Amino acid sequence: MGHPAAAARFTADEARAHWHDAALWFVREKRDRAAHGLPEWEALRASAAAIKAHTLDHLAYYLEQFEAAATARGAHVHWARDAAEHNRTVHGLLAAHGVTRLVKSKSMLTEECGLNAYLGARGIEVVDTDLGERIVQLRREPPSHIVFPAIHLKRGEIGDLFHRELGSAEGLDDPTALTAVARAHLREKFLAAQAGLTGVNFAIAQTGGIVVCTNEGNADLGTALPPLHIACMGIEKLIPRLEHLPVFVRLLARSATGQAITAYTSHFHGPRPGGELHLVIVDNGRSRLLADRTHRSALACIRCGACMNTCPVYRRSGGHSYGATVPGPIGSILEPARDPARHASLPFACSLCASCSDVCPVRIDLHHQLLAWRGELVRAGHLGRARRLALGAAGLVLRSPRATAAAGALARAAARALPARWLTRAGGAWTRERALPEIPRASFRAEWRRQRGR
Amino acid sequence: MKVALFVPCYVDQLFARVAWATVALLERLGCEVSFDPAQACCGQPFLTAGHPDAARALARRWLDVFERAEHVVAPSASCVATVRRHYAHLCPDDPRAAALGRVRELCEFAVEVLGAERLSGRYPHRVGLHPSCHGLRELRLGTGSERSVEYRDPARQLLGALDGIALVEPARRDECCGFGGSFAVTESAVSGMMGRDRVAAYRDAGADVITSTDASCLAHLDGVARRIGARVRVAHVAEILAEASA
Repeated sequence: MGHPAAAARFTADEARAHWHDAALWFVREKRDRAAHGLPEWEALRASAAAIKAHTLDHLAYYLEQFEAAATARGAHVHWARDAAEHNRTVHGLLAAHGVTRLVKSKSMLTEECGLNAYLGARGIEVVDTDLGERIVQLRREPPSHIVFPAIHLKRGEIGDLFHRELGSAEGLDDPTALTAVARAHLREKFLAAQAGLTGVNFAIAQTGGIVVCTNEGNADLGTALPPLHIACMGIEKLIPRLEHLPVFVRLLARSATGQAITAYTSHFHGPRPGGELHLVIVDNGRSRLLADRTHRSALACIRCGACMNTCPVYRRSGGHSYGATVPGPIGSILEPARDPARHASLPFACSLCASCSDVCPVRIDLHHQLLAWRGELVRAGHLGRARRLALGAAGLVLRSPRATAAAGALARAAARALPARWLTRAGGAWTRERALPEIPRASFRAEWRRQRGR
Repeated sequence: MKVALFVPCYVDQLFARVAWATVALLERLGCEVSFDPAQACCGQPFLTAGHPDAARALARRWLDVFERAEHVVAPSASCVATVRRHYAHLCPDDPRAAALGRVRELCEFAVEVLGAERLSGRYPHRVGLHPSCHGLRELRLGTGSERSVEYRDPARQLLGALDGIALVEPARRDECCGFGGSFAVTESAVSGMMGRDRVAAYRDAGADVITSTDASCLAHLDGVARRIGARVRVAHVAEILAEASA
């Protein structure tokens, strides 16, 4: 099901769609207050964009520098060409350490690779420890937002879920009570875990260190207890030096939630004494995107989700309607690169309002890339021959003022002559939502010629 | 001052009154307005539908028609944005596509080129000015809520100076109306909901009239408003300014 059909289902429950829309607009407003509160906000965005552009231009160099620095600190560095190699590598490490119970903090990369299902099929219990992630994991559904995985769910639904899956009291919907249930449940999992897996928000080439940002401290608890820490990252997570980190740390939480900084910003430099740290660096199509002039800046994304919160379409259709690991504006750029046939509708799930580009902390030209994707997908035939032919024909007509005048006059005459009910039916998707405008008798150019001569 | 009128294709076919109001306004401000009937669509609908080749052919035609015009004015921020922000990329080998700053939206032209800081006139209505997304975020006509950078808003300035007018500000002052070109048809469910939400926001703010620099946004909002029976009418900025100063 493409985005339009899924979105139509979501908006059919208009009250619920409004509720979802309001929840995410609230986050957008918090971002606004945080961003407007910093006079240097635009300078930070410019710096971040420049640092990422530079890093992407020299990615091979920084990756090798990172590997050397991380190895020197005692970390093990593994390279994974694609999702399959990533999954095999992670599984191999867990199997070698006899791990059957893994706790995991948020990592969209592992979602992209389908890691949970892969490990689950091989007898490893994976517990997502971010509260929102745990909720969707218990519901056996994917996250609908990269920062707020369960934003599509109401408190009462979470209460029902916890009652079913965790044995808590029926009818619970108080947030504090629900959090207490989740906390007790996750504590058990943390204590029983034999390994902890995290994502990586930023990897620093110069120091070989990685930075993980959470509000719940679940990455910290997940890696403080077990002796094995596996950190998975895409190749684009690098920044050159430690002095670049503050630019991103100042932008990330403000953009994502409106906080000045996440509650926990944890720096890992090599394994802790007696432990092991394994870094799995993944390509999975990223270097192909890097080679694409138009779309390479999408790799600058720091996964803040601001574009989703500001997108009027995302808010009213929900993350699941995109049918992709990463939804919203950035997802609609990244996912067609991965699977153009499957995700061809995504760049069109957009009114081109450009709000996303104006909130992106790293100044990705999201709206221009969405537009560019449209042309590429149509040319590659992913939107059907019929549409291409129709557009081509329309283009020919509009190129000729005479043909346009004739077609316009005919359409206007027909619209004025036909009964309203016929027109409404013939109007298709336009008239499904809107009344037709009052159709004038003549075009402007016809009137100009009559009144003013040529 | 000689001005070449650039009439958006859908204004030409369906909203001639917007073009006539534009002519009236420009002539009242002392301009000599010409209209070249050889002009065709700027190509935006094809660009947004994913057909840049058709858009390119139309762009070349547009450049042929308006090549020698010193000032080109259109009652549409989105068409002007297509020309100023997309033609260079669409026609990279055409030097004419690189210098298109002389193509302007109507209010932008009136304020910045003609120096008309205010127009005297009366419009005793409660009006919501709906910012065109392309006008706001591509041409930077007006200050967007996402950023702290302030930009002049020529349409707001001219409207605000009319006697008796009350410019009302809705919640989410610059959220997209949901037209989006072919989006209105291919994603009609979301488009309709976005339109209804905007109409409700303007009504809640007390607007009797919704106006904009883009007739496409207005056609969508008007269509939605009439479908749901909302008591609000639409009028293009050119129509309001022409009517007020008549």
